[in-house]
Amino acid sequence: MAVTTVSSADPPATRRSPGRAARRGHRGHPLAGFLFVVPFMVLFIAMILVPLGYAAYLSLFESKLIGGTSFVGLKNFAEALTDPAFLGGVGRMALFLVIQVPIMLGIALFLALAIDSGRTRAARSARLLAFMPYAVPGVVATLMWGYLYGPDFGPITQAFEALGLQPPDLLGESSILGSMMNIVTWEYVGYNMIIMYAALRAIPTELYEAAAIDGASRIRIALSIKIPAIKPAIMLTVIFSVIGTFQLFNEPALLDAIAPVVITNGFTPNFYAYNVAFVNQDVNYAAAIAFLLGLVIAIMSYVVQLSSQRAERKVRR
Amino acid sequence: MNKARKTAMALAGTAAAFSLIATGCSSGDGGDGGESAEPIASDAFEEAMSTPTSLTFWTWVPDIENEIALFEEEYPEIDVTVENVGQGLEHYQKLRSALESGEGAPDVAQIEYMYIPTFNLTGSLLDLSEYGARDLGGDYVEWVWNQVANDAGVWAIPQDTGPMGNLYREDILTEAGLDGAPETYEEYAEAAKQVKDKTGSHISNLAANEPVQLIALLWQAGLDPFGYDGAETVSINVNSPEVKEVVQYWQDLVQADLVSTDAGWTDNWFQNIANGNYAGWLVPAWGPIFLQGTAEGTTGKWRAAPLPQWDAANPVSGNWGGSSNAVLSTTENPIAAYELARWINHEPEPTTMFATEQFLYPALTSLLEDPEYADQPVEFFGGQEVNAEFAEISATVDPTFEWLPFNEFVLSAYNETVGVAWEKKGDAVAALDDWQQEIVDYATEQGFTIE
Repeated sequence: MAVTTVSSADPPATRRSPGRAARRGHRGHPLAGFLFVVPFMVLFIAMILVPLGYAAYLSLFESKLIGGTSFVGLKNFAEALTDPAFLGGVGRMALFLVIQVPIMLGIALFLALAIDSGRTRAARSARLLAFMPYAVPGVVATLMWGYLYGPDFGPITQAFEALGLQPPDLLGESSILGSMMNIVTWEYVGYNMIIMYAALRAIPTELYEAAAIDGASRIRIALSIKIPAIKPAIMLTVIFSVIGTFQLFNEPALLDAIAPVVITNGFTPNFYAYNVAFVNQDVNYAAAIAFLLGLVIAIMSYVVQLSSQRAERKVRR
Repeated sequence: MNKARKTAMALAGTAAAFSLIATGCSSGDGGDGGESAEPIASDAFEEAMSTPTSLTFWTWVPDIENEIALFEEEYPEIDVTVENVGQGLEHYQKLRSALESGEGAPDVAQIEYMYIPTFNLTGSLLDLSEYGARDLGGDYVEWVWNQVANDAGVWAIPQDTGPMGNLYREDILTEAGLDGAPETYEEYAEAAKQVKDKTGSHISNLAANEPVQLIALLWQAGLDPFGYDGAETVSINVNSPEVKEVVQYWQDLVQADLVSTDAGWTDNWFQNIANGNYAGWLVPAWGPIFLQGTAEGTTGKWRAAPLPQWDAANPVSGNWGGSSNAVLSTTENPIAAYELARWINHEPEPTTMFATEQFLYPALTSLLEDPEYADQPVEFFGGQEVNAEFAEISATVDPTFEWLPFNEFVLSAYNETVGVAWEKKGDAVAALDDWQQEIVDYATEQGFTIE
């Protein structure tokens, strides 16, 4: 029932906007509109399109320490598609995505609902507290966790030893990905929570009143009103998370210092591109990898968006 | 990008041609550099050094401003800006970016010996023999000079070195019933077992992520895993039977848990050093001062000895680390830049300062033989004359050892192959084949001819 309320509240808003846009189009000078867009376009071209174009250009060449640079077409791309290091990194990130993102967003959603429910004491400070890790720079966070994870002398190990238990090797080959997931979750839960919380605050209170009259419980309200209402916000956090996951760089780059052998050059695709460019000195191949990675991210984001739209259409019907 | 590089090289060429006239080093400083050839055209030198000039110097050496101050006192017209852009890999990456982009590169840069061929390959280093650097050769330890100079030219001025020795905890070894450091590798293996059984400590740690330590041990064994002819031909022999023999020796110790393989330079590793979990460290001459800062609580318990030997009758050693100052070929003031590199690394005042205040282990023979430096008792080592010990070791370092001109890749590939094997206490000997394959593939891909 509540669902119908939400979807009927939604359409008018979308219906209204095209009309307005059309009306606006008739008025004013076309030049003014163009001028408003210019600052954005200039930055967009200079900071996004030109570097992208340059990377695309670079990726079509091969430059050797002996023999110089030559045009090789798509050879770098073909190579990347069969490069176990690159594919391994992408695979690792896909695993990361499937496990870490649901956990992180689940916690974020729970926190957002809890704080929004008005039942939590000191909601303000709870909100701030949950958001705080995001204010810690990623580099600092990773260094801090690296210390906590430390074998032999890290606090976690010491706690286990004090209890007479076998301490886990948190920086070992089989556990490092999990340790990394933990760092990322810790860091971004608050950020995602804030997005969801802001969306929750925007829900008109009339809906709650109606639900209360219908005798809906708190949980029922959360499931049937709040979550459907903030679905666009949740989708936004999912897409951000997909992009963020495939671009993981700080975590492997910094954990590399304390677990140097476990973190391989191709641990994440981004880290691999960096190593190829700066250690192997192969800027051209790195550009191809970066391009392919961008493609993977675009596809993944599109898939997520598409599937959510499908799901929505099903609900509407 | 490539065009810029060519232009830069062409410019450097003209600069070099001009400077042919100016061959020769300092004449201004009543010279203890004494025997060096008289400047052919001291006019050009005088003019360069008395014209207001600013130089940029990229280095990570702490407090190097003090030596620079001495230089600026000597040459008031030269203004040197010191920039620290990071140490090691970070420094080289920034240097390369600056060189490739064609601007922003410094005049003088800190370069470790093992990276000289890497930067030489791209024509980034100025040949200092044009300025009289050949004459300095005799003043430096032979093997060090061989690292910076070849038939084609002199590519940098040596600053400090790292001849390998064995720093060990005398108290732990005594507890294990040993009398001093083992002299041969055979004794070392036995001692390792004794130390483990009696004290629970590892006799030393072979850091899984420290290729250069292992390479130094190969160097000690008289092996030449790498070779480079200065042009397009390289030789790569990191999986030769001789290399495998050395690695097998360590692998046996590692698999018996007598030697640990913890990653170096991590919190965990520092703690293990301070706590005596490692009873020793096979480390270069820069190790003593490093330890004093790291393991303060163990003052007086450490001693220095030569590395264990394969053949006790002919003691030899290898080198790990140390660096030089090179003049980049893009410099617009080659004379002043060369003089900076030469002056701070050759004149008695700044070199003594490096050795006694920054504790860089000297590359100059005169300093190594100076009793005031060498015979200094060091409290941390129970009053041992550690500098003299390492001076003796330095004389035994094999004078010929070459590096490949793509050193970053060589080291990184080690960590991905042999390093992983050490970490897992697995088959490092077999991993040598993978390391060899990775380097060969890379070299081939980059257009080198493999011998």
